[in-house]
Amino acid sequence: MGSAMNASNPWFRVDHDGQTLRLTAGGPWTVYHAAAVDAGLRAIATNNASVAEIDASQVDALDTTGAWLLLRTRALFKDAGLKINRFDIPQNYQPLIGVIEREDLVAPAEVVTHVSLVAFLERLGRATHAVMIQGVGILGYLGRITVEWFKLMYAPQRHVRFTATVNQIEQVGINALPIVGLLMFLIGVVLAYQGADQLSRFGLDILTVNALGIGVLRELGVLITAIIIAGRSGSAFTAEIGTMKVNEEIDAMQTMGLNIDDVLILPRVTGLVIALPFLTFFADVMALIGGALMCYFQLGITVPAFIRQLHEAVNVNTFLVGMIKAPVFAYVIGMVGCYEGLNVERNAASVGKLTTRAVVESVFLVIVLDAGFSVMFSILGF
Amino acid sequence: MAVETQQNAQNTDEPVISIRGLVTNLGGRLIHDHIDLDVRRGEVIAIVGGSGSGKSVLLRSIVGLMRPQEGTIEVFGEDALATDETALRRLQQRWGVLFQEGALFSSQTVAENVQVPLREYAKMSQELMNEIAAVKLAMVGLGEDAATKFPSELSGGMKKRASLARALVLDPEIVFLDEPTSGLDPIAANAFDELIRNLQKSLNLTVFMVTHDLDTLRSIADRVAVLVNRTLKVGTIAEVMRDKDPWIQDYFSGPRGRAALGS
Ligand SMILES: Nc1ncnc2c1ncn2[C@@H]1O[C@H](COP(=O)(O)OP(=O)(O)OP(=O)(O)O)[C@@H](O)[C@H]1O
Ligand SMILES: [Mg+2]
Repeated sequence: MGSAMNASNPWFRVDHDGQTLRLTAGGPWTVYHAAAVDAGLRAIATNNASVAEIDASQVDALDTTGAWLLLRTRALFKDAGLKINRFDIPQNYQPLIGVIEREDLVAPAEVVTHVSLVAFLERLGRATHAVMIQGVGILGYLGRITVEWFKLMYAPQRHVRFTATVNQIEQVGINALPIVGLLMFLIGVVLAYQGADQLSRFGLDILTVNALGIGVLRELGVLITAIIIAGRSGSAFTAEIGTMKVNEEIDAMQTMGLNIDDVLILPRVTGLVIALPFLTFFADVMALIGGALMCYFQLGITVPAFIRQLHEAVNVNTFLVGMIKAPVFAYVIGMVGCYEGLNVERNAASVGKLTTRAVVESVFLVIVLDAGFSVMFSILGF
Repeated sequence: MAVETQQNAQNTDEPVISIRGLVTNLGGRLIHDHIDLDVRRGEVIAIVGGSGSGKSVLLRSIVGLMRPQEGTIEVFGEDALATDETALRRLQQRWGVLFQEGALFSSQTVAENVQVPLREYAKMSQELMNEIAAVKLAMVGLGEDAATKFPSELSGGMKKRASLARALVLDPEIVFLDEPTSGLDPIAANAFDELIRNLQKSLNLTVFMVTHDLDTLRSIADRVAVLVNRTLKVGTIAEVMRDKDPWIQDYFSGPRGRAALGS
């Protein structure tokens, strides 16, 4: 704050003169100085006086805050049953007093929050309830979007938004190639390195290739790609749709008769369902390249030897087991992202909150589904 | 600060805002072509002009949200374009801005919105902040019940008033108002005009306002600056009305203009 504000301080004096209470005030009574007199003014004891005189003519700067303090004090006196005989303020501030005086003011009551066992239980209950509602909501939405999908195929007046879908494929698929490729390459390197480290102790160097091939193709390729995409595109869906919600763009679309599912949701979900298998394939290849490189430098396994060993270790089913999960994961990620986007309330904080939630939920669901797939494939004997 | 106001009140000749040779070029389009403008202390100056003529851009340039290509802008004698961080903060305490769309913080209640500048610049108890927020909200015609609402729960006009309360909470020396009365009903708009007049008288407030409201113009504007053909024509309403420019003629002599100005 500028130095001008400490130039002088506001002051007031209370004198009791028989039945009369006299309040004399002076100095700057402004928003920057209010704290100095606020508590004191609240605490003035009226001491069975019956008449009050307020003389603020020595106040040399007054703003709304200062004026409010004076008026509040006057109201305090009145409430205590005092008769106000004088209320002097400098002439040039009279209009200001007039503006505030007109209003019949009550300061808003504070919201009191309890800290207790009951409050804790209440919060626990609320949170549990919220989780259940959320679960039901997502399940319901999943069903609804699936139904919409099939309706889209048959309803003549609705059509697949081809351009929007292709645009989404570019955004979530092609634009994600560099990051997915780089990360999977590095993961291939790390896996091969760790595998080689352990297996070479038993003289089973060559099995590193098996571990790498099966691990990447069955599980890690699709899982890590899905997690990257949940962070990258699932969050983007929520933020995009959420911001549109904040700006009333969704409302505008609805009033124009545009179908939100057709225009916003289905292109995103479809785009992701198409893009993620390709991304997964790319991720698999990059991880294997990273692994092959590491095998060569760490274990001296040449590329032809690597390929020969890989050929023995994995078959098409290993690859397909990984690939078949990709569209399912994509569907869940896209759906959760859009669902949370549509849940955004009309404030900025809500966009952030729900974006976080979308990522956490979709990563959670992807891993749960992956576990489910593992159980299913082991029962089916793949 | 308020002490300063008092002293400065004597030398009213000194302009509080002084713009020289302002050139703004946005996206290859010339918006302002060498604009000059002096705003005197304690006056209400209204900026009028067609939609898209660059009124909001002018306002945003003065408060430092946009940088013009050429020219100087001085506020309280300080170069508003070259000031460092601390000087700018000091300037910012001395003005309040009401944006065209309100620009309330969406995650805070109306009362909290109004208290933001208090919390930032003035130390005081929460109780007093609540009271001041209530005073300001009442001044702009918002009831108690609005204080605890979130911006998304307000009507367009209510948002505007809440935003005005926030702009006025530190009793600034200059308020910048971008179309303050649009979205208010005529009675509220009149009350708002009166409020500005009262504050302006008692606090020696300088008001820089963009408006289309001819009633506001007639009842509280000391001077009018019309933004036509990328330049400003400044004067009292009577002076500006004499200008031969077709837009100005249409504006003041159209049916609305005649009704409001009673000519
Ligand atoms: N950030 C920006 N980038 C590019 N052009 C802009 C930007 N902001 C405004 N403009 C353009 O500058 C011109 C003036 O805009 P401005 O918002 O100042 O209009 P206005 O006079 O306030 O109109 P209204 O009365 O409708 O509010 C418009 O043509 C607008 O398209
Ligand atoms: Mg504008």
